[in-house]
Amino acid sequence: MDSTLPVGKAPTALGRGLAARVFRIARVLPIQVGLAAVAVLWMLPTVGLLLTSLLARDDFNSIGWWKIFTEPSLATFENYRALFANHAITSSLVTTTVVAVGGTILPLLIAAAGAYAFAWLDFPGRDWLFVGLVGLMVVPVQMALIPIFQLYNVTGLFDTAAGLILFHTAFGLPFATFLLRNYMIGIPGELLDAARIDGASELRVFLWLILPLAKPALASLAVFQFLWVWNDLLVALVFGRRTQPITVAIFTQLSQFDANIAIISTGAFVSLVVPLTVFLAFQRYFVRGLLAGAVK
Amino acid sequence: MASVTYDDVTKEFDETVAVDGLDLEIADGEFLVLVGPSGCGKSTALRMLAGLEDVSRGQLLIGDRPVNHVPPAERDVAMVFQSYALYPHMTVYDNLAFGLRNKKVPKGEIDQRVRNAAQILDMESLIKRKPKQLSGGQRQRVALGRAIVREPAAFLMDEPLSNLDAALRVQTRAEILKLQQRLGTTTIYVTHDQIEAMTMGDRIAVLRGGVLQQVGKPEELYTRPRNVFVARFIGSPAMNVVEVESTSDNGRDMLTSKGFEIDLPEGMLAKVSTDGADGLTVGFRPEHLELSGADDGSGRARIPAVVDVVEYLGDEQLVHLHAGEVPLMAKLSVDAGRVEIGKHVTLALPLGKLHLFDRKTELSATSAGP
Repeated sequence: MDSTLPVGKAPTALGRGLAARVFRIARVLPIQVGLAAVAVLWMLPTVGLLLTSLLARDDFNSIGWWKIFTEPSLATFENYRALFANHAITSSLVTTTVVAVGGTILPLLIAAAGAYAFAWLDFPGRDWLFVGLVGLMVVPVQMALIPIFQLYNVTGLFDTAAGLILFHTAFGLPFATFLLRNYMIGIPGELLDAARIDGASELRVFLWLILPLAKPALASLAVFQFLWVWNDLLVALVFGRRTQPITVAIFTQLSQFDANIAIISTGAFVSLVVPLTVFLAFQRYFVRGLLAGAVK
Repeated sequence: MASVTYDDVTKEFDETVAVDGLDLEIADGEFLVLVGPSGCGKSTALRMLAGLEDVSRGQLLIGDRPVNHVPPAERDVAMVFQSYALYPHMTVYDNLAFGLRNKKVPKGEIDQRVRNAAQILDMESLIKRKPKQLSGGQRQRVALGRAIVREPAAFLMDEPLSNLDAALRVQTRAEILKLQQRLGTTTIYVTHDQIEAMTMGDRIAVLRGGVLQQVGKPEELYTRPRNVFVARFIGSPAMNVVEVESTSDNGRDMLTSKGFEIDLPEGMLAKVSTDGADGLTVGFRPEHLELSGADDGSGRARIPAVVDVVEYLGDEQLVHLHAGEVPLMAKLSVDAGRVEIGKHVTLALPLGKLHLFDRKTELSATSAGP
């Protein structure tokens, strides 16, 4: 474009463009700076945790983690080596993974099937059932702890990964069904009509049409549920004794007189990295899916 | 391929009757157009045939088989939707193959039929694309392709051209006709556009408020409309319809409106199938009016009128006029130049083109046409 402009005019055009740009930047600068400050503030604990976990065992009580900035030689991976050599911790990581993956996939599958029925199948009492389901979202977890505890004692599900998975499934279902149903109802009905005329059974409509089209909502829900289950402490504390997820394992390192900072900080950071990675990997879906279900 | 029969089919939604006692037989290989204004029940009639709506009363047959309780998947019909309803996450190929895969057609045959359909519709190059990468016209072709690849007993088309722009619509209209003639598949086509109905249908069924008004060939509907509604719905611009009083005096029959009088040929009123007690309505088409010079006494009525508006179309002109209190519309030739606004003109109307209707029942009282 520049080459087509008369040479004499170029500087003024450039000058005006520059002034406009400076002005624009000056206008948004305070907002940008403010946002950056908030971001740093929010990240501070995480960074602090990471750096603390890099300190040697003897340094915890004597120096603050920010010293690492000035003395990088203080950093050591000794805590991590110790952590992964600790059988209790590694087995609790496995438990957490099993529970989190199972507690994500199972409710999602059930909720997707239920949501399809609520959205697109006609059956008596459908709308009342759905209202009831929405109502279930307000039931707090604490209310179910004792009854479920008794139930698990009888059925032998106490202190098993399956028990934890089932509990998280039960409490994930209402919201998951609600969100997916609202997303699926936005799928044009003519698509389903077309598929049915094309000879597809309800199962095929569900598997080949509904599930692929609901992918954004499913992905965002999966992230949501995964984070919830991974970070859960209360449920695991109640229903696990030897089946300990990482949150419980870290928690038990705290005692009245002592705190094993090396294990706590390192374990907490490891436990934090997984959901953080999941979130970052799926954040595109996460934002879009939650919005899509709500406003469509 | 098969015939389709609506035997006294009724569809009720809660309080409203969408389709009321529809009797319609569509022959094998026929192209039938269901036409009517929006909300007339034409889409409901089609969706019942597809199995997407239950039939409240009456019987639906495809061939000799009653299908009232047969699920859509087993009716062996294919449907083209106004929105095309393409599966957005599948390629064109998969869109076409979906119906065949549901029926467990062998892979090799699916491939052959999909490629064949793509070739017929001239879209072989699009086969790997997803719907969102296609233009409106191309999506429409995929929707058609999805129907023909199934080789069904009948095509059901629900306003398939409504989302296309005007030029593409005319072109696709002809393509659908050609395709239907080539395949010879029974087709039921729903539209609100009477031009589509006239140009495409072997026969046309006009619906209004869920009630069938008339079924017939396009020329039948045009020349011998059964009632005022069909008379005005078919043909563009719509037929002029004027309330008249009929008088018979010394063998001289006359129709008198609030704007003009028409001398009828001797004995014509006697043939009117109503006694005229409720009065008559006369109808004549804008295209049958012409500008008149002197009275040539050739069996034409003469209507003096004043020009209000002229819509010049190039090859002809649509003239809005009023004769006394009666508004009229005339489609006139442009040979003598554009008609001037405000000018007093005399319109000539061949008496053979007059339609008489009973004013109360709105039914045709005589078909004056050929």
